[in-house]
Amino acid sequence: MNKVYPDAHAALAGLLRDGMTIMSGGFGLCGIPEILVAAIRDSGVTGLTMISNNAGIDGAGLGLLLESRQIRKMVSSYVGENQLFADLYLKGELEIEFNPQGTLAERIRAGGAGIPAFFTKTGVGTSVAEGKEIREFDTESYVMERGLVADLAVIHAWKADREGNLVYRKTARNFNPVMATAGRVTVAEVEHLVEPGAIDPDHIHTPGIFVDRIIHATPLEKRIEQRTVRKRGN
Amino acid sequence: MSWSRDEMARRAAAELRDGFYVNLGIGIPTLVSNFIPSGITVQLQSENGMLGMGPFPFEGEEDPDLINAGKQTITELPTTSYFDSAQSFGMIRGGHIDVSILGAMQVAENGDLANWMIPGRMVKGMGGAMDLVAGVKRVIVLMEHSARNEPKLLRRCTLPLTGKGVVDTVITDLGVFTIDRGGMTLTERAPNVALEEIRQKTEASFAVRSGLA
Repeated sequence: MNKVYPDAHAALAGLLRDGMTIMSGGFGLCGIPEILVAAIRDSGVTGLTMISNNAGIDGAGLGLLLESRQIRKMVSSYVGENQLFADLYLKGELEIEFNPQGTLAERIRAGGAGIPAFFTKTGVGTSVAEGKEIREFDTESYVMERGLVADLAVIHAWKADREGNLVYRKTARNFNPVMATAGRVTVAEVEHLVEPGAIDPDHIHTPGIFVDRIIHATPLEKRIEQRTVRKRGN
Repeated sequence: MSWSRDEMARRAAAELRDGFYVNLGIGIPTLVSNFIPSGITVQLQSENGMLGMGPFPFEGEEDPDLINAGKQTITELPTTSYFDSAQSFGMIRGGHIDVSILGAMQVAENGDLANWMIPGRMVKGMGGAMDLVAGVKRVIVLMEHSARNEPKLLRRCTLPLTGKGVVDTVITDLGVFTIDRGGMTLTERAPNVALEEIRQKTEASFAVRSGLA
């Protein structure tokens, strides 16, 4: 069984179709599968539902797929960094479903773990709970949220072995591990590819069972959204 | 004299206790990290998957893989741990974080909070705010007392809610309020701010702690 593909185009071959649902990892531009996203743009597939915490920025991340009008609907928690998103939404060319960030993460975790729904107190008494079942447990009210799965998950990891065992780096982990579990097919782009045995099994974040295809992708642009620094000597 | 933004942040930092796990929102709340009282240690949580948030990096040492919830470059500490978004919000929703300090557009006298959406204008999304106010043990709002001369402390919020009955403490440039089942109480005035000025600029009804008038 070979999970390693020569490039993003090859790794996505046979997986893309119009109107499908795709999960895309990352928080802001940190830990996004930027080469896979660019390959999805190049494929020309349209009418996509994208499940992603953010929508990238103009010219980067999912901003690429917004520019090419390939996204029909976004399921996100925050899209404030993307001006094009605002324009498309106000023109009615884009649908948005806002989820509280923790609810979005838990919906994906639940979907990947075979849990169809769960109850949370997040959003009770707000517009998020409208039309959803409310139930009381131990005198507190909770809203029912559904588990989420996708036709395809595209994720980014720091290191992988050829079996698909993944290790993430710092805050580039974010949504990637849960999305890896919730894609019917999961494709990972990784910065370092090693042989099985080179990663201590105790240090693996995502076991290879969740990863179907791998690309070893360098170089990465890895843009920084807000470059903040302090002066030396402080 | 009303409090400056730094003074508001310093006042909020005085609410922290040794050993607390704390989540700071974007804006004035971020400044709180500059005023952690000496002699206590707190761990700052960043909802994108980090506990033990360090200061901004030195120039040239920025790491694109290491950012906070405001997408700013930061650094790690010896106490730092990283985790995924589901576990991050598990610790938030599960009540493991001691204090959340965040900004607001409106707070009502019953503790309702609105800080994520203005209908008719562009909607950016709630991010992690709804999870934080629903799950964290204590919610402190740190905000200007009024916006363009419009009061922000109201009888009822007019904007879409982030959470219902979730705010415990409000710190503004004019003073400090606590909110519980009995309603809102002014517990502290900024130096030389008259009670009359606070009354004028507050729509919410509030009690005044004895000895403060």
